[in-house]
Amino acid sequence: MAHTVETAGLYDCRDAWSNTLIDLAVADDRIVAVVNDSVGSSKLGGFQTRFADRLINVGIAEQCMVGVGAGLANGGRIPFVSAASCFLTGRALEQVKADVAYANFNVKLVGQSSGIAYAELGPTHHSIEDFAWLRPLTNLTVLIPSDPWETAAAVTWAASHEGPVYIRLSRMPVPMLDIPNRVFRVGRAELVRQGGDVAILACGTTVHLAAGAADLLQSQGIGARVLNISTLNPLDEEAVAQAAATGAIVTVEEASIRGGLGGAVAEFTAAHRPVPVERVGFAGFQPTGSLAYLFEQSGLTAQGIADAAHRALQRAVK
Amino acid sequence: MSANDPLVAIKAKALWMRRRSFRMVYEAQMGHPGGDFSATDILATLYFGVLRHDPARPDWAERDRFIMSKGHASGALYTALSAAGYCPEDWLSTYMANGSKLNGHPNRNYLQGVETNTGPLGHGMPVAAGIAIAGQITGAEYRTFVLTGDGELQEGSNWEAAALAGHRKLSHLTLIVDRNRLQQGAGTEDTITMDPLDDRLRAFGWDVVMLDGHDHAALLAALCAPPSTKPRAVIANTVKGKGVSYMENQAKWHHGVPNAAQFAQAMQELV
Repeated sequence: MAHTVETAGLYDCRDAWSNTLIDLAVADDRIVAVVNDSVGSSKLGGFQTRFADRLINVGIAEQCMVGVGAGLANGGRIPFVSAASCFLTGRALEQVKADVAYANFNVKLVGQSSGIAYAELGPTHHSIEDFAWLRPLTNLTVLIPSDPWETAAAVTWAASHEGPVYIRLSRMPVPMLDIPNRVFRVGRAELVRQGGDVAILACGTTVHLAAGAADLLQSQGIGARVLNISTLNPLDEEAVAQAAATGAIVTVEEASIRGGLGGAVAEFTAAHRPVPVERVGFAGFQPTGSLAYLFEQSGLTAQGIADAAHRALQRAVK
Repeated sequence: MSANDPLVAIKAKALWMRRRSFRMVYEAQMGHPGGDFSATDILATLYFGVLRHDPARPDWAERDRFIMSKGHASGALYTALSAAGYCPEDWLSTYMANGSKLNGHPNRNYLQGVETNTGPLGHGMPVAAGIAIAGQITGAEYRTFVLTGDGELQEGSNWEAAALAGHRKLSHLTLIVDRNRLQQGAGTEDTITMDPLDDRLRAFGWDVVMLDGHDHAALLAALCAPPSTKPRAVIANTVKGKGVSYMENQAKWHHGVPNAAQFAQAMQELV
């Protein structure tokens, strides 16, 4: 596809984000970008070159950045507020709540390098709490693209949607998902693998790992359905109910296991269709380590997810 | 003073707003009347002498914007918006009642004319700066006014926005500080030193005017002055509880509510 840069079969989704934003900005002069000295980390250098007066750098001031986004929306602009998600959602959480979600302004929040993308820099720079912080915010659509195709689709949809959106991106290289005839539908889970024995619900950078787990399980005679939950808010409750009908669910996310995708699925199934739910993600603040090391430690691998599926199936039998 | 002098209307509206907002607080037995009264003359001047706006077209792109950053003084804002034509007067009788459009803090989705939701302090300035930047980008002529409390300026987000406004020379942005020198618990200077507030704002790149925040003529002149090359701060020296003898300069009237005798006395004094 256009706008992607491939390295050994892997892609940095920021290329799709920034190039898509330029295309949208060419077509619609209301689109502006707001950053906190984060032009480089947001890969917005090209946007800045093309649209110098539409790139608003507020300096290292995240509360101001989000409030400015709300004000730009009041003034008829369509702001994409882009910053490292740890600061965007943590430092400016009250602005995200009051100025964007509660005020219901047409602001697009773009969390960069989310999850543990800044691995060795430690938990101050990790953003594994953002799902739990943002999920209760009424009006805020939460999108978690899984690859460059979905990133471009999510950014395009956000620009056309009247209302607040949070798009969670990563700099972690990911493969393009091999799904024929893809259609991006907000609020709807995407079927990645068919299967009826267990359901694996994954999002963002972990969807391809879940697909790998399904392949492992297939070789063991277990049919695992894999769903890409690219919209966390609102949750596709119909898809979760159907997943629960398999009898066992695994959730996978590059985020805390408290309050995120796993939390959302557990809330829904507890209320409507009790079923074992194994949550794969981070249990808390992470130790020093590389991204690969930290993923491995928390079972965020094809094997780790397959192991979680076995645990869920065992619990379902009891 | 001629009959069509805006000062005549402003004075009349300010008196009505004080009487009406105090009735709202009395009936709800909730509210922030001290801050309502310190801000009333500022709001009356804005809505009846300064702002270019049209209640029939609340989304008019070229309207002047007013952001009530000290959202707790919602009694003053709601009476101004009602008098300006944004809601029927009978809505005011629902202040903070179950299901009311008039929450304790303003919500733009409930009441037209409210430009953004406020309540937590330090939110209005960044939003106002964003509105002014939108106008700067598009070359729009609208003006943006934001009213903060003085204690509110202890929130750091205000200074992030003040720096941004100074840096970008947001000439169509005016900050009005309701300088009543009292915050919820004590005097501002006894809590965190705010002075010299004018010098602090000048250092951030702002033009600064200091005036009596109950002098309608002075407010009108300062708020209608043509834009310069910098954002403008109007430090309005005010009296918390202005207009009611037992409330003036009393911190306890930040969110105090009157009993029947106090309400009756206030209605006698506010004439």
